Amino acid sequence: MITFDHVSVQYDDTVEPVLSDVDLTVEEGELCLVVGHTGVGKSTLLGAVNGLVPHFTGGTLYGTVTVDGRDTAGHPPRELADVVGVVGQDPLDGFVTDTVEEELAYAMEQLAVPPATMRKRVEETLDLLGLADLRHRALHELSGGQQQRVAIGSVLTAHPRVLVLDEPTSALDPTAAEEVLAAITRLVHDLGVTVLLAEHRLERVVQYADRVLHLPGDGRVVSGPPADVFRTTTIAPPVVELGRRADWTPLPLSVRDARRAAAPLRARLAGAPVPAARPPAPAAGQPRLLDARGVSVRYRGQALPAVREADVELRGGETTALMGRNGSGKSSLLWALQGSGTRTEGSVRVVPWGAAGTPGARGAAAGTGRGARDPGTGRAGNSRAPGTGKSGGSRDPGAVPATEARRLVGLVPQTPTDLLYLESVRQELDQAEAESAVADGPPARAILDRLAPGIDGATHPRDLSEGQKLALVLAIQLSAAPGVVLLDEPTRGLDYRAKAQLTSILDELAAEGRAVVVSTHDVEFVARTADRVVVMAEGEIVADGPAADVIVASPVFAPQVAKVLAPLPYLTVEQASAALTTAEAGAR
Amino acid sequence: MPHRTAAARPSVSGVLPGADERRLPRTLHPLAWWVWALALATAVSRTNNPLLLLLVLAVLGYVIGMRRTEAPWARGFKYYLYLALTVVAIRVLFRAVFATGITPHDHFLFSLPHIPTPDWYAGIQLGGPVSLEAVLSAAVDGLRLACMLCCIGAANTLANPKRALRVLPGALYELGVAVTVSISVAPQLVQSVQRVHRARRLRAGRSKGLRALRGIVVPVLEDALERSLRLAAAMDSRGYGRAGSATKASRRLTGALMLLGMCGLCAGAYGLLDASTPTFLGLPALGAGALLCVAGLRLGGRRVTRTAYRPDPWWFEEWAVAGCGVLSAVLLFTNVGFDAAELNPSLYPLSWPTLPLVPAVAILLAGAAGFLAPPPLPTTAPQAAPRVPARRTEKATAK
Repeated sequence: MITFDHVSVQYDDTVEPVLSDVDLTVEEGELCLVVGHTGVGKSTLLGAVNGLVPHFTGGTLYGTVTVDGRDTAGHPPRELADVVGVVGQDPLDGFVTDTVEEELAYAMEQLAVPPATMRKRVEETLDLLGLADLRHRALHELSGGQQQRVAIGSVLTAHPRVLVLDEPTSALDPTAAEEVLAAITRLVHDLGVTVLLAEHRLERVVQYADRVLHLPGDGRVVSGPPADVFRTTTIAPPVVELGRRADWTPLPLSVRDARRAAAPLRARLAGAPVPAARPPAPAAGQPRLLDARGVSVRYRGQALPAVREADVELRGGETTALMGRNGSGKSSLLWALQGSGTRTEGSVRVVPWGAAGTPGARGAAAGTGRGARDPGTGRAGNSRAPGTGKSGGSRDPGAVPATEARRLVGLVPQTPTDLLYLESVRQELDQAEAESAVADGPPARAILDRLAPGIDGATHPRDLSEGQKLALVLAIQLSAAPGVVLLDEPTRGLDYRAKAQLTSILDELAAEGRAVVVSTHDVEFVARTADRVVVMAEGEIVADGPAADVIVASPVFAPQVAKVLAPLPYLTVEQASAALTTAEAGAR
Repeated sequence: MPHRTAAARPSVSGVLPGADERRLPRTLHPLAWWVWALALATAVSRTNNPLLLLLVLAVLGYVIGMRRTEAPWARGFKYYLYLALTVVAIRVLFRAVFATGITPHDHFLFSLPHIPTPDWYAGIQLGGPVSLEAVLSAAVDGLRLACMLCCIGAANTLANPKRALRVLPGALYELGVAVTVSISVAPQLVQSVQRVHRARRLRAGRSKGLRALRGIVVPVLEDALERSLRLAAAMDSRGYGRAGSATKASRRLTGALMLLGMCGLCAGAYGLLDASTPTFLGLPALGAGALLCVAGLRLGGRRVTRTAYRPDPWWFEEWAVAGCGVLSAVLLFTNVGFDAAELNPSLYPLSWPTLPLVPAVAILLAGAAGFLAPPPLPTTAPQAAPRVPARRTEKATAK
């Protein structure tokens, strides 16, 4: 169905070719998973299938790519539209019309399909993807999962033989992602469509793959059945890593397979003490940095509040994960805590960092620690009162000027690039220092080098990778030396390596005595990163407790290792591995 | 259900009582509404008689009341009415201030203070006496313009503008796509401006002044640019702009035909609307221009191979609606059975205008569209959901 014959792709602005001498064949009806780190050429490989590379992106493609007998050299993407359907990361980016039905018909209109056939195919596709109830709805009022299903449907109506999906679930919450992946597998099984799928969160898709294309990063593409390829890859989902560590053959790819293979392991680990998933947080002895009581957020013109009477308490040295489905009020809560967002009711008190008993504190640690515990519990009226004292007193970040609020709470928004507007990394960092006006703090450049070493100061911020952009914005926010750091969905679009780096960055911040909050959908990331988990639903906080307690018990939020080893309270592969090592040593 | 829908409607639908229940609701072809409205506007251009003009407004109101949907664009007629009122007001105001068209025998109402103008500006007089005749003629002129505006407004209210764009001939397809894309992108742009503006505070950036503008404009534009590139890629891979059979020569020919045709149309319209131009500039020029345009669009349309999803049919109702509009325009233009002077009653001497029978009937004829058109589809938009099903069940039980 798809053939790459000695394909190399070279862009004009890079020295090394992105793909070099790739030879591969994808058979009809296969679900083919493309894995690799960010920037190794996954998108290039996918784009080459329908000719977007090089017709649209520029660069030079050597060799031949053939799809269903058509050479992409002679066929630009529009001439391949009836053979290859492409779905991108953010469905909203690809929508041309504004209602579901018209969007489904768009590709067919371009292909000049007769009206009668068109009508029939739209109805079939509505049923196939479960969109019939939504047919007249406007696209922008649908949820993320529904939008992505419409995007898939809109290319399916052209009856393509090949479906190319470039990280279709990276912008979705776990439930919506399941919905989309279920739709994709159904297409593979029922219609025999050939699917090429790139995905960061492997744990969701590995079990469905017939073949894996691994891009190790040197321009090669390794192709093979999943169980073989994942024996050696540098990235793998937790269930595979556990399988590798425990030497299970064949390598399990799904929780189900792993659980069946894990019975002896569970028996072996049953009596052993469970090593901690994370270094113990010194939270107990640490001062309380932020105390929010009865925070409600209600936007103008909306009947229901986005956040309802949330009580949040953040201690220094603790990393908290904020979870919950899209629209459950996570972002609204974070913005309200920072003070820049709307806050209808409630009080937020933040103890300035450096005054609250942190190492090298200016104030008397014990005294201010207790002072912070007496927050104004009253509602909107008195919560707007200015901070009680110049040094050491707790302040309300919503009531002080923005410069001051930055020094209390730093927030990295969901789209970090919203904060970047200058031409180079150096200018951004200089500007950040000018904005924060902190005399005794480390220079912003030093902070960035610690977070992400080796970024050239002359680089344009837009040319950085997702992880580097995040690090830059975090460095800008840290230049104001806030004691509380909030990150709104930082794991979007990050691969395993970037996520591991983020974990170590956040660990360092917590070790310095800051309070860190991360809102995320990524349970595996939470298992590795968070000491405490707060779950939100419909604007209310429905669970708040130690990470292990909250996520192990939940069918939705439990990480793979927890599912495989339940009822044993393991969260991460490292934990299981350490326990296994101890057990092996004991046996010897 | 005790009562029927037609009875519940505050309308003049006594003409065909209960007919609506027996007819299947469907959307009328947008072109039919446009032909109807434009024909009525043409008829309006012919007359200065305030009674006839008010009759036109009444007819528009009736048809809109009968055949309007609950969609957002269908609620806009009142804004056209405001606009029309403004037009009349401005017209009267200007006539009063600039004090033109005053004859010595007029009925003077009052006098505005006269402002002397410099010599080089002598042609225009500011202030001075204001006469009843001048104000009335300005008001009637304004009313005619307002009526034409309302005709266009009626077309926009009755026909779904998006479906109207899709009727555009193939050669103008790109224009339609550009409009649709910008409609869907505009809210996203607004959102991204709001997002970036909010994010400014996080860096404690200034939220006013030129430097703040830069901090907002740069991220928003970069965002928009990246998004449009992704949209372009998506459209390309979904088959937008597949090659038809166009050559360079045929494209040039299309351009020439369209240009000539447009010239012909303009000249023709001018000749037809202005009674003092020679006759060959009227209908013949209009016809020739239309022919050239059609040829150009046909030729241009051949280079794109595309089909339309759920095309609007053109059935009896479409002919009827467009026909009754055109018929009323034709009746007003033929001058049969009435005196042309009755269409433009003179203000000198001042007298009440009379209502000429044939033109009045012609305009009422256009109002027949109100029941000739099929009832519109109930809107399924979620915000209208509680109301629409109720009405639907009413209809079902009324059968």
